[in-house]
Amino acid sequence: MLHGHQTWIFKNKPAIISSSVVGGPFEAKGPLADDFDLLHGDLYIGQDSYEKAERKMLEEACEDAIKKAGYKKEDIQFFLSGDLLNQIISSSFTARTLGVPYLGLFGACSSSMESMALGSLLIDSGAAEKILCGAVSHNATVEKQFRYPTEYGAQKPPTAQWTVTAAGVGILSTKGSGPRVTSATIGKVVDMGLSDPFNMGGAMAPAAVDTITAHFRDLNISASEYDLIATGDLGKVGHQIAADLFKKHKIDMPEDIFTDCGLMIYSDDMSVFSGGSGCGCSAAVTYGHILKRIKQRELKKVLIVATGALLSPLSYQQKESIPCIAHAVSIEYDH
Amino acid sequence: MSNKMKKKLTPVQQEYQAFAKEREPARPVAVNSLRAFLVGGAICVIGQGISSYFLWNFNFTEKTVGNPTVAVLILIAVILTATGIYDHIAQWAGAGSAVPVTGFANSIASAAIEHRSEGFVLGVGGNMFKLAGAVIIYGVFAAFVIALLKSIITMLGGV
Repeated sequence: MLHGHQTWIFKNKPAIISSSVVGGPFEAKGPLADDFDLLHGDLYIGQDSYEKAERKMLEEACEDAIKKAGYKKEDIQFFLSGDLLNQIISSSFTARTLGVPYLGLFGACSSSMESMALGSLLIDSGAAEKILCGAVSHNATVEKQFRYPTEYGAQKPPTAQWTVTAAGVGILSTKGSGPRVTSATIGKVVDMGLSDPFNMGGAMAPAAVDTITAHFRDLNISASEYDLIATGDLGKVGHQIAADLFKKHKIDMPEDIFTDCGLMIYSDDMSVFSGGSGCGCSAAVTYGHILKRIKQRELKKVLIVATGALLSPLSYQQKESIPCIAHAVSIEYDH
Repeated sequence: MSNKMKKKLTPVQQEYQAFAKEREPARPVAVNSLRAFLVGGAICVIGQGISSYFLWNFNFTEKTVGNPTVAVLILIAVILTATGIYDHIAQWAGAGSAVPVTGFANSIASAAIEHRSEGFVLGVGGNMFKLAGAVIIYGVFAAFVIALLKSIITMLGGV
């Protein structure tokens, strides 16, 4: 149900009845390692290309989530997923493996929440009862596609980010228990004219601020409504900019509840420059760490704002600026 | 950013960019330059060591020793690339490991490894010079222009 300009309130409150998170070797060394369901020691995951490895992670996460919910593949009515590869092959090829009706999404790193928001809308509208949604990213495939070959010796600036190797999926359903999706705000594309692909956080921060502001305005609430507001992958640089933008616009955003998934997934001593990024970043942190904390009653209501940079290697080489987007999903647990 | 680019930006975009710029950590240029100097210098010292070894132990002259020396440096760089070490050195060293011949070898080897999954012809063959191609094109062209200038100056009775 539309509320305000761009926010949906889900009256049926779809529950995330099960979720699964698969990660790579670098994530296994991070502080959230315990929140992963499966961690791989090798970037190739026993496959012969990184692209296949990325797909394998998403397949494993989907199978695990379906198994945990006590379902079979056939029980899933729709699969909504996105990734960062050209023509979103990881999601589409996983859909081929699953053999369930599928909608492929591209919102760059915002795909994780785009899929959750759309999945919740489908359920709320009665178009489906069981939806599998998620997102995946792999460090080496993204480097290959958007930057340089993985082994190429290029020096990255401190504003660069480290793409997370992880897949995160969840099953949404009206029946069953679990944290519930109560509302979602769909963001608009914000382009502040930044064109440096090694500074995604700085480019995406205004989009995150725009969506959060719209969420508060549409629902007539403030930050105090939430125990945690986590942006997707702004990193240290983008997070600081976003926090300062809120101050500048005189919107109250308490420091202790405002955080970023890209800051949570790696520790300070890991050399990831500004922080983590990629669809897998917000997907893994949300479906793993944050849901776990909600279930353990540490958090009651959270807002996840997945941020995406909608550039392509082509648009960057043609000197275009980076359009950015952010989608916010509100998750709560009424115990 | 050039003034031409700036003109295209709206006042809101310009204001934000100035706002964001203040909060971005700058590239540590002084430290990077020092590291590049040290590592670039070290690679040259290694190259000199290899040259001297060839000169003393084999039948090479000052003129001919260049080729085997470069070949050994390239081999070392390719091995370091294949074992996943070179990119870590490069993150620390910057231009120090990119400018010498080892950086050139790394750009070719890394692209070849990266595109192996797409096959030997279109993958490795087609992408190997993806990064190095620009160096070859503009290197050869620059050499051509310089040679042309030198010939003209000589013809006109210069040095």
